[in-house]
Amino acid sequence: MRQIAIYGKGGIGKSTTTQNLTAGLGLMDKKIMVVGCDPKADSTRLLLGGLAQKTVLDTLREEGEEIELDAILKAGFRGIKCVESGGPEPGVGCAGRGIITSISMLEQLGAYTDDLDYVFYDVLGDVVCGGFAMPIREGKAQEIYIVASGEMMALYAANNISKGVQKYANSGGVRLGGIICNSRNVDGEKELVEAFAKELGSQMIYFVPRDNMVQRAEINKKTVLEFDDTAVQADEYRSLAAAIDGNDMFVVPKPMAQDRLEEILMDHGLMDI
Amino acid sequence: MLNLTPKEVSKRSALRINPLRTCQPVGAMYAALGVHGCLPHSHGSQGCCSYHRTFLTRHFKDPAIASSSSFTEGASVFGGGANLKTAVRNIFDIYDPEIIAVHTTCLSETIGDDLTGYIQDAKITEGKYVVHTNTPSYVGSHITGYANMISGFIKYLSESTGDKNGKLAVFPGFVNPGDMREMKRIMTLMGIPFTMLPDSSGVMDSPMTGTYEMFPRGGTTVAEIIDLGNCQSALALGEMTSEAPAETLEKKCKVPYQTLPLPIGVESTDAFIMALNHFCKEEVPYALEEERGQLLDIMLDSSQYSHEKTAAIFGDPDTVLGITQFVLEMGMIPKYVVTGTPGSTFDKRVTELFEKYQVEGCVVKSASDLFELHQWIKNDPVDVMIGGTYGKAVARAEDIPLVRAGFPIIDRYVHSYLPIVGYKGAMRLIELILTAIMDRQDRDCADEDFEIVM
Repeated sequence: MRQIAIYGKGGIGKSTTTQNLTAGLGLMDKKIMVVGCDPKADSTRLLLGGLAQKTVLDTLREEGEEIELDAILKAGFRGIKCVESGGPEPGVGCAGRGIITSISMLEQLGAYTDDLDYVFYDVLGDVVCGGFAMPIREGKAQEIYIVASGEMMALYAANNISKGVQKYANSGGVRLGGIICNSRNVDGEKELVEAFAKELGSQMIYFVPRDNMVQRAEINKKTVLEFDDTAVQADEYRSLAAAIDGNDMFVVPKPMAQDRLEEILMDHGLMDI
Repeated sequence: MLNLTPKEVSKRSALRINPLRTCQPVGAMYAALGVHGCLPHSHGSQGCCSYHRTFLTRHFKDPAIASSSSFTEGASVFGGGANLKTAVRNIFDIYDPEIIAVHTTCLSETIGDDLTGYIQDAKITEGKYVVHTNTPSYVGSHITGYANMISGFIKYLSESTGDKNGKLAVFPGFVNPGDMREMKRIMTLMGIPFTMLPDSSGVMDSPMTGTYEMFPRGGTTVAEIIDLGNCQSALALGEMTSEAPAETLEKKCKVPYQTLPLPIGVESTDAFIMALNHFCKEEVPYALEEERGQLLDIMLDSSQYSHEKTAAIFGDPDTVLGITQFVLEMGMIPKYVVTGTPGSTFDKRVTELFEKYQVEGCVVKSASDLFELHQWIKNDPVDVMIGGTYGKAVARAEDIPLVRAGFPIIDRYVHSYLPIVGYKGAMRLIELILTAIMDRQDRDCADEDFEIVM
């Protein structure tokens, strides 16, 4: 079982990418579980065809500690098992603790069955506190992919996340599998992200071009692969899935100092824009 | 004192009044004290550690030692890694235990401290050990924490080398040192080689010798815990307390286990003895048969005083289940049976007992509290209450005799030295219950009914 956590700056397209990627793996007949670690609970919307999932924490709050696995785990597109950890409303409570609780709950309920090929954790934004690092602790996710674009802030965030990964890589076995570039049509984007990934000691595992097809599918509450599998973008996601499935480059990232990061951005002409 | 408790029971979903449980770390600390040369370490603020130590000390009337990571504002923001690192260094320098057993607190759990990583990074003196368990108190109770800590020891230490050691691994459940001594006495009588984890006898009931020993003689040794992995089989006493650690041992070292209720009363002690008998395959010694016969004799002789007397039983799940079974064996009616620890297994097991003994109108509830029990008693009283000290306010308000059994008992002495398990323990328990009931009869009866011979 490969356990993979997807991180990246807020709004970069982690959930969209994760769902299309898992849909692609699903079409390769892989057995997959997706664990949404975002209080907004929208990490599995496209796989389930809407916000159909009651979150672990809501279930816990309403029904008490003794819950059945069926109550929180739903099968979506290609039988992909979907869980949303959920969390507090914006501005209250502790979302990090929510993730710790949810993942412990899944373990306790025996959600990690041996027949699974992949478990994906789609984690909110930055690794802001201990809770958001839960998926990469204690032998859970072994692989991390960071979704980024050629925009400066996305790369700042990716660098920051690498610091978190580095910390846990030293004590545990977690490794960076690569950067997934979710294109924003920035000039020289591919080269920039490639250079950035290389500097981290990693790779840009795939360049996902920008396509309005993604938005169309999203409005229809579907992944591109389900909405229109003949679309060009569907092929892109299939290729992404194949790249992840065949990936064998796992490294302890070497996050860079601020100066070096800005230097790379300069080299690739970002500052000219 | 509690005269204003309303009779009318209203539904509550969140609030608990006069709870029947305490923090997970209290249990974790107690489990760690049952390991020889072990210093329990509370990874959190100092207040947690002080409270948990106090809680145990009040019950055992013996000092419960523990150290703390002493979180401050800084630790809450930056995580408790640095504190633990310093703590481990200081503890080995100053107190020199053989092993440190770290348990977490609500604060470190909420921060999400990565204890596994911290301990890997910590500088641990050669030949010494540091283990940990997670004990967030917003889940379960002290019983959960107790089970978690035992599992923590197993996860870190137990190893199977492939050579069986011919021993029985025993998880005694959340019981007093006196109970553990009784279990050990029975096993020794039957000639069974065993390792009991934890074993707080000789620690929390250590004798006055004139000199203070920080690490008294008792406790399961680290070597024994490591060797647990080579045990022939394991016995988990108390399903709701000991099954989890037994499962951990089975998972890690493939040691098969059997779960039994705590050996309280006739049938459960029989089951314990038979399981031991199955292990050693030798005849049960006459000494035990004699004790069993004596117990039955006492139960028969006194049955006119216990017959159909009603009881309210409260406390920890396995202890309460055991006492309920025994009270039924005595011909009494366990009218209210409650625990503060959540978990539907409790409701299920107690309901099975109600059905087996065909008693009617009895109520069971897990995750309950003393306020609710008080309300039930106000509506329909009982002859006797059986449980820990916190029941005394209800007992006083309703003028009902209270038999102290279980945890915590912080207003009486000696209880932790003597057992309620085994046939001997049952004799003690029946004496306590009968005395309470008969004292009350003596106090309340008319002069012409006042008996000299009873």
